[in-house]
Amino acid sequence: MPRIVGVDIPNDKSIWIAMTYIAGIGKNTSEKILREAGIDKTLKANKLTEDDLSKITQIIDRNYLVEGQLRRQVSQNIARLRDIGCYRGVRHRKGLPVRGQQTQSNARTRKGPRKTVAGKKGVKEAHG
Amino acid sequence: MGRSLKKGPFVDEKLLTKVNKQVAAGSHEPIKTWARKCTIVPEFVGYTFLVHNGKIFNKVFITEDMVGHKLGEFSPTRIFKGHSSKKIK
Repeated sequence: MPRIVGVDIPNDKSIWIAMTYIAGIGKNTSEKILREAGIDKTLKANKLTEDDLSKITQIIDRNYLVEGQLRRQVSQNIARLRDIGCYRGVRHRKGLPVRGQQTQSNARTRKGPRKTVAGKKGVKEAHG
Repeated sequence: MGRSLKKGPFVDEKLLTKVNKQVAAGSHEPIKTWARKCTIVPEFVGYTFLVHNGKIFNKVFITEDMVGHKLGEFSPTRIFKGHSSKKIK
């Protein structure tokens, strides 16, 4: 199995799909990279030559932020918002939606599992 | 949608003149303002603003990281103190 930019070991899918296993590379970026490298995107990942791999690695290193570096940057951006105490930072701190979505209902992705309050009006009907 | 680059950041002109006056005088008095929509520009760094939230003025000390945000982002307009605990009875 080939390795691209460190830890990633995509399997025997087409190379452009296999490359999306790298954090920070989706189908669109993947296609762009392969076009630049001049590699057929439907080629299976295990059929790639060393030369192809080094070409791909080079392009990614030069133009894209991937894996650990990308994750670090994202968390740094969030940490910055938290530190300066702006509205978005406060929402991150509280674990509530950051982009102005409603929270009276839904917003379960951010709020996590429902915490039922005993004795609250309407609880019995709603959750039976 | 973002603001067109051609216009540059929105800065409240009255507020900017007030800041410039402070820079000239060399003082760091807090500046009272209602201009929540005003973008924080590098000139504001190091000054304290009293940003209105509709009821009171919240003290906001501008640091370098805050440049590019709006003043209103640092003066919350809603208060949520948490739900009352059930052991009040």
